[in-house]
Amino acid sequence: MLILECPYCGVKAEETELHAGGEAHIKRFGPGSSDDDFETYLFQRENPMGVHFERWRHVNGCGKWFHAARSTTTLEVFGTYSARTFEPPQEIKDKITARLPGWSWRDLS
Amino acid sequence: MSDLATALDGASFDGLVKVEELHAQGMITLRGDFGDPGFVTAVTGVAEVSMPGQRGAIVDGRRGLLWMSPDELLLLCTYAEAPILAAKLDAALAGQHCLVANVSDARACFTLNGAYTREVLAKLAPVDMSRDSFGPGEVRRTRLAQVAAAFWLTSDDGAQIVCFRSVAEYVFNLLKAASAPGSEVDFL
Repeated sequence: MLILECPYCGVKAEETELHAGGEAHIKRFGPGSSDDDFETYLFQRENPMGVHFERWRHVNGCGKWFHAARSTTTLEVFGTYSARTFEPPQEIKDKITARLPGWSWRDLS
Repeated sequence: MSDLATALDGASFDGLVKVEELHAQGMITLRGDFGDPGFVTAVTGVAEVSMPGQRGAIVDGRRGLLWMSPDELLLLCTYAEAPILAAKLDAALAGQHCLVANVSDARACFTLNGAYTREVLAKLAPVDMSRDSFGPGEVRRTRLAQVAAAFWLTSDDGAQIVCFRSVAEYVFNLLKAASAPGSEVDFL
């Protein structure tokens, strides 16, 4: 069972109280973008074994979207953080490095 | 005034706890910037209740303010004064980016009373209901089985639940099942 702490209301929410929102930190390419950019945006998602960054919504709760960093293999949660950021905060990256030196995810490491 | 038609006409059930549909609870949803002193003063001034902190539930007699999210409050009052308070809040918050909506008729409320209150809630919601982690003065928005709901403890053996009116019967049936005599777990 996955338990994530919602950074907005501080509740340690169990998975059934949340809704998964897919990969985090994706830049949207919409109307007017090139076909390649649009295809990459729409289909090219990470599916890692290990460190992953995701969006979650505290749907049966405060209703806010937030980000979570976790491991897809061990279900270890490295932390959750605000949705209002383009990349994970340094503190979260440091925590991951402490647990899994040499990790990488897209262009982050 | 004509008789109010609540979702279940004040249905009640006596089991491990006494489950009762509240006849008419006034509720006003407020959204705004909690960091803005103008918003906070206007709300606490009209509500005459102090501002709750994160997940706080401050209930003082018939009035109360519940912290629903970082930008949402639920103001509790009597059913009759809800439209009056909503109009006062509209006036006090004029020109500010915020929302005031009287949702008294859109929701249903239940009260639970009895020593097994925590246990009945623990059967239905993914919430740690132990005394160490949840107590009076705190509101929890969560789910009861399959529907969204919020509850807070009104005393050590009493709670109030708010859910959408459209699922009132479902929630009442859940509460009845969870408080069926003989279904004590005696863990909490």
